Amino acid sequence: MKELSLNILDIIENSLKANAKNIELNILEDDNKDLLLIEVRDDGVGMDEALLKEVFDPFTTTSKNKKVGLGLPLLKLEAESCDGGISIESEKGKGTTVKICFRKSHIDTPPLGDIASTIVSVVATHPEINFRYRHEVNGKVFEISIEDLKKICNETICTPLVLNGIRDFLNEQIKSLHGGA
Amino acid sequence: MDKIKSIEELRKLREQAQAFLKTRQGEAKVKVYISMGTVGIAAGARDVLLAILDELQKRNFTDVQIIERGSMGLDVEEPVVAVERDGIRVYYGHVTPEMAREIVASHVINGQIVSDWVIAKE
Repeated sequence: MKELSLNILDIIENSLKANAKNIELNILEDDNKDLLLIEVRDDGVGMDEALLKEVFDPFTTTSKNKKVGLGLPLLKLEAESCDGGISIESEKGKGTTVKICFRKSHIDTPPLGDIASTIVSVVATHPEINFRYRHEVNGKVFEISIEDLKKICNETICTPLVLNGIRDFLNEQIKSLHGGA
Repeated sequence: MDKIKSIEELRKLREQAQAFLKTRQGEAKVKVYISMGTVGIAAGARDVLLAILDELQKRNFTDVQIIERGSMGLDVEEPVVAVERDGIRVYYGHVTPEMAREIVASHVINGQIVSDWVIAKE
């Protein structure tokens, strides 16, 4: 994957496949600590200990269509090569939390990329999900949920016009978090 | 159109969008399926989805439902997009954002299948 926002989309898709109703995406960027932290928390079906142990094995998958699952193993490799790491906590029936950290200034740390597009992809295809997004950059915070957006947009949230508007809005907010106008 | 910068502007957009929704009743006329498993995402499914949204907006077409399918088991063909219209579901493979725009214009809106890119029908 070219950018972390695509990995994030991949992890969120995992949550959706696990029948999550509530998904949280937290991103923390801290230049003082030289840290980039991404957390995806869901209330899906969760994993038992046996599956959790094997989750980073490329030949472990719950899919019936194929024999490999490369999303998490490759992301783990990527994080570890950037002085970071990945951890997964999960409890059967309660949900799963995936945390990934990178050393932000590490030369191989991939760009965060287009988070707004990732979020809009989720909203467009799963407007029924309760999704919260929190992004903190050096103490500045932006926070929004699909619930909030639904209150504003009602049933129009599934229209291309509004979805594109949401993307512009998110891009604008993320830009200002990073100090841009 | 100007970029949306605030919640207020988003609220105005809603009124605009509502006018289009009024013409739509019950189930959407066209369903667009997009495969967003790991392989689909890595192959560019997100950009394809955004291109579809953008083209639909440009052409003011709202009688459509976009559905995420996970992997359809056609990994070598990713990104895969399927269009269901008039009871037939047509699968397109190796879809780029440019192809997606053409599929929206010809197939989704006008019902003309883009036969060159079809990989399966059901």
